[in-house]
Amino acid sequence: MSTFRIGFLPLVDAALPILAHEQGFAAAEGIEIRPVRDMTWATVLDRLLYGHTDAAHLIAPLAIATTLGRGRPATPLAVPFVLGLNGNAVTFSTALAAATGLDDSIADPVRLGAALREVALARAAAGQRLRFGVVHRYSSHNYMLRYWLAGVGIQPDADVELVVTSPPFAADALAAGDVDGICVGEPWNSIAVDRGVGRIALVTAQIWRRGVEKVLALRKAQLDERSAEVGALIRALHAAAAHFVEPDAVEENAAILARPEYCDAPVETVMRAITDRIRLSPGAAPIHYPDFMFQYREAANFPWRSQAAWLYSQMTRWDRTPFSAAEAETAQAVFRPDVYREALAGSAATLPSSSSKLEGAVTEALGVGAAQGRLILGSDTFFDRRAFDPEDIPGYLAEL
Amino acid sequence: MRIAIIDTSTSRAAIISDGLREAGLADLVLIDPSRPILAQLGEARPEVVLVNLENPSRDVLEDYFAMSRALARPIAMFVDQSDAEATAAAVDAGVSAYIVDGLTKSRIKPVLELAVRRFQAFARLQDELHEARTALADRTAVDKAKAILIRRRGLDEPAAYALLRNHAMSTNRRIAEVAEAIITSEALMGDVP
Repeated sequence: MSTFRIGFLPLVDAALPILAHEQGFAAAEGIEIRPVRDMTWATVLDRLLYGHTDAAHLIAPLAIATTLGRGRPATPLAVPFVLGLNGNAVTFSTALAAATGLDDSIADPVRLGAALREVALARAAAGQRLRFGVVHRYSSHNYMLRYWLAGVGIQPDADVELVVTSPPFAADALAAGDVDGICVGEPWNSIAVDRGVGRIALVTAQIWRRGVEKVLALRKAQLDERSAEVGALIRALHAAAAHFVEPDAVEENAAILARPEYCDAPVETVMRAITDRIRLSPGAAPIHYPDFMFQYREAANFPWRSQAAWLYSQMTRWDRTPFSAAEAETAQAVFRPDVYREALAGSAATLPSSSSKLEGAVTEALGVGAAQGRLILGSDTFFDRRAFDPEDIPGYLAEL
Repeated sequence: MRIAIIDTSTSRAAIISDGLREAGLADLVLIDPSRPILAQLGEARPEVVLVNLENPSRDVLEDYFAMSRALARPIAMFVDQSDAEATAAAVDAGVSAYIVDGLTKSRIKPVLELAVRRFQAFARLQDELHEARTALADRTAVDKAKAILIRRRGLDEPAAYALLRNHAMSTNRRIAEVAEAIITSEALMGDVP
């Protein structure tokens, strides 16, 4: 049997490869998945690049950065499947929550931004800049947080400091006062809240309603060599995604993901995340935030080239490197809608007919062209209602 | 050339630094993992940083290196394609290395190769230690089981051992496993004649 060793970090959004393995979807496709757990993205990436693993649950911008050779020699990676959209949150320390007037309802990004701006500028003037922890320089967490901060008039790296905090240590960093806020995936926000050291200020779905999150990444050479087996892996993950959103399956799924060899977290905490219920502050009743995590509907697993283009736009913005048309093309070519389509042709999966779209332009449910099935996209707006045209990255950046 | 060693295992860090020192690389800084790592690196300003692959601080470290606040010159990760083999060997052994830009490869390679050998030696040592511990536990179990057989069945020691061994052979199990079963049985049924 063909085996895929898949690296992952203990996060709820590693669900699809884990469930494909545990619930028999891999076996049904004639493949075996061996999950390989690590504690840092650096280790996940090293194992992928040096063949300790065959694929990885990876932060999407890191797949692009690795292909472009940012921070290390370039190695081409390929992303044939998106493991989900959003599912992250911004959690403030209890002190910052009090200073910005967070109450028991979910905050409005613009209003909270204005309150945060006052605190941030006062702290900067006093020579004690606020410090936020993100999980990696090349993470959607970094780009989402920066997008929001800049959008409400807080200059990242000038008015506030951003540092790296690995997910399993994010709650500790808040508790120790090393950071004033974190942007991290679940269950780590909820764990910070349950420990009484933080309060969830925003979920990233409020910053970008359909933000691309973790992806399945392989070395491009591996994808080319094992194309038939990769097709089977994509079908297994797609079946796992359909199962993941079945209301009847959530309890069993939560119990599996919570196990020590996966997230090593309380079942109830995992359960909240996968049912879109969020406890904002210690002891409060969880509120329901629809589409907090988005793993299946609306062809959520389809790797849109325009998603990669948006990530590249933010990479040039925050690495402060000039836009390059050649780099933009290389970045978009990391996402492989062609491989996704080929693997799922003839199945029940919805296949968009286009490979790229305007991001953030859908304000109400919109039917779009599908080569297979029917595709209706829900609202995908950014909090500032700006849309992103992948054909005009320089124009977009000039207006930010 | 100053080399900093960051390792979650203090005994492995000691083994590596001993090896480097023996090879004449004496400008070493051992980073204490229980204190803030970045502050220590900032003080040490090393030109080479060796860190175990699975160190939980690696993302934080890489970001720090990317910002080049810790080092006099910008950092270049040792993972260089022209040196793919050496790097793969290092990753396989469980070590990652970061070096400042501009340091010549001929100076780096011996450091990395030495680190790899030391990591492998440490892994072997761990295996041997594990084996030794298992062997000790096995011998204790066999002795206990023999004592039980001697007492309950009135056998002498060679006969008790022969009984254990023959049963192990006929059931295709290790002698220690049979001994453990006897000990468990004795613990549960000790009072039953």
